[in-house]
Amino acid sequence: MSRIITLRDALREAMSEEMRRDENVFLMGEEVAEYNGAYKVSKGMLEEFGEKRVIDTPIAELGFTGIGVGAAMNGLRPIVEFMTWNFAILAFDQIVNNAAKTLSQSAGQFSCPIVFRGPSGSAGQLAQQHSQTFESWMANCPGLKVISIIDPADSKGLLKSAIRDEDPVCFMESEVMYGMKGEVPEEEYLTPIGVAAVRKEGTDVTIVSYNKMMEEAKAAAAELEKEGISAEVIDLRTIKPLDYETIVKSVKKTNRLVVVDEAWPFAGVSAEVTYQLQKYAFDYLDAPIVRVNSADTSLAYSAPYVEEYLPNPKKIIDAVKSVMYVGA
Amino acid sequence: MASVIEKGKKKIKSNGKAKSAYSKETYLEWYEMMLRIRRFEEATLMAYGQQKVRGFCHVYIGQEAIAGGLVSALIPGDKIVTAYRQHGIALSRGMDSKSCMAELFGKSTGCVKGKGGSMHFFSKAHDYFGGNGIVGAQIPIGTGIAFAEKYKGTNNLCVTMFGDGASRQGALYESFNMAMTWKIPVLYIVENNGYAMGTSVDRTSNVTDIHTVGDAFDMAHEAIDGMHVEKVHEGLVRAAEHIRAGNGPYFLEIKTYRYKGHSVSDPAKYRTKEELNHYKGLDPVKNTELKILEDKIASKDEIQAIKDKIKIEIKEAVKFAEESPLPDGKGLYEDNYLQKDFPFLT
Ligand SMILES: Cc1ncc(C[n+]2csc(CCOP(=O)(O)OP(=O)(O)O)c2C)c(N)n1
Ligand SMILES: [Mg+2]
Repeated sequence: MSRIITLRDALREAMSEEMRRDENVFLMGEEVAEYNGAYKVSKGMLEEFGEKRVIDTPIAELGFTGIGVGAAMNGLRPIVEFMTWNFAILAFDQIVNNAAKTLSQSAGQFSCPIVFRGPSGSAGQLAQQHSQTFESWMANCPGLKVISIIDPADSKGLLKSAIRDEDPVCFMESEVMYGMKGEVPEEEYLTPIGVAAVRKEGTDVTIVSYNKMMEEAKAAAAELEKEGISAEVIDLRTIKPLDYETIVKSVKKTNRLVVVDEAWPFAGVSAEVTYQLQKYAFDYLDAPIVRVNSADTSLAYSAPYVEEYLPNPKKIIDAVKSVMYVGA
Repeated sequence: MASVIEKGKKKIKSNGKAKSAYSKETYLEWYEMMLRIRRFEEATLMAYGQQKVRGFCHVYIGQEAIAGGLVSALIPGDKIVTAYRQHGIALSRGMDSKSCMAELFGKSTGCVKGKGGSMHFFSKAHDYFGGNGIVGAQIPIGTGIAFAEKYKGTNNLCVTMFGDGASRQGALYESFNMAMTWKIPVLYIVENNGYAMGTSVDRTSNVTDIHTVGDAFDMAHEAIDGMHVEKVHEGLVRAAEHIRAGNGPYFLEIKTYRYKGHSVSDPAKYRTKEELNHYKGLDPVKNTELKILEDKIASKDEIQAIKDKIKIEIKEAVKFAEESPLPDGKGLYEDNYLQKDFPFLT
């Protein structure tokens, strides 16, 4: 049985179910308790779990993230919410220098089972400091796992897996997608970390994306369908470890690949996917892999800048046509 | 301290009447600026409702006395940096309401060509180092701006403004320590409006008298009333004199209140009507007008003339913003590097 709920509700269900299951799981972050979350993801959780386990922090990202890391090293399983990942930059020292390295430094004696979560990516006209993506930053660092997803059902299953995971996990959501609805099973389930999902089958070209760019990729695929081009659309779901095998399998069928990634182009997820695919599917490619990223610039406020900056169905369709060598 | 206050007051010409310590010009200047900010912000909210202004938008309504005091207490060449609740501070620096409104509308005529929006006005010509979106980031930045003044041997300082919420960021403690150790001419102002989003000050720390944090660094500090522009002015002058005398930083806690929610999307359910009404009784714009009239500092007609002037100014600012062209999206590639032919990836 399933029902239709929002991404926001799905994420809350994941946290609440895990907190009911394991009393060592707790949530902390700015406005998570009394205000019910800046984006209402933790609505009602203070009421159910009390202030011992749903904790409002001051605006002190470096400090409360470090407190989370210490607590994780000492037997608890914190969920640290960042109002957005832009503010997690203040806490990168604790995430990168400590959470990611504790196991290695202690030669396996201390682990750090912690989830860092919050929205990543642009969210309308929020300008330079509030519009950045962080998947590739975090995925670059050994010791961290990275999940980035908006599909409600899979978000729930993956967040539960992340909370149960013994390693530190960075979990990336989207501000503008919290209200998006989807079918979510009634009964308990886990979605495995490290496995991509084929969202739409196709034969002519593979489009790979993740997080809210999936919506653009799907819209482009629907448009292409009308023109007789059959696109297979893959949602990475997990960024690290990256499930390139699912993409390789798809490309062996379609022989063409377009990667859609909201991140900046340099050394990002799109670059990594492209590397893996040229390595493992070189002989199957009928055209160079093309990627569609945000512009290689900071994102400015006004609408024309946003339009210029972000990937959209038109840019994706153009990319698909270029790998298919058909006139745009 | 009393003698310092006297010194501060003398800097501005007295109008000779016993009741008010400042000249008519000073009072009218304060009043005009505070009214400009109030009307500007009301127009901002209106335009936001019409979806002409987008993104995060935090207005200054209720806190105008602080901007008012800044008009009179600084000297040319002093610098200012603040957070995202910044429209009022930018206006107080003399930035014109047209370019500020156009910025909110995302137009090419905006003070940063539509690139920053509500959170990021900047104006080098006005020594305004901007609205900053990352809570607390401007605390070390302001310290560095002041460091440069000392380095260059000027007599100027940098006013570094932040909220009560920001005062819990580690960056503050690191900055305070270095500023005090190196005697940097920085005037730290915490605009304590009681809340950081939905979190009241007493829920963020054991120390609710934020200015006393200065004690840990032997930094001069005090709390002042932020609902009265004279009090703000006096506090600022005291602090500025202390700093210009080479004593290093000064930490002012200015107690104020925001009448609206944190941002346009916040219904502000975390506070009571009584509390809001209490502070509305202390409305700095209304009370300054009352004071001017009651003490006969200026006539009703003179006040009305200012009201008319501001009304027209804001109306024209909105018209200017509406009629200005949107920027070309390709401008996205400008201002990322000074290198003209930078090879952007595509
Ligand atoms: C580092 C960082 N963390 C969180 C946020 C989100 N945020 C924006 S404003 C704000 C509250 C700040 O309150 P305060 O400093 O009191 O300033 P006020 O809004 O009252 O002027 C928060 C949490 C941010 N912009 N930057
Ligand atoms: Mg505040």
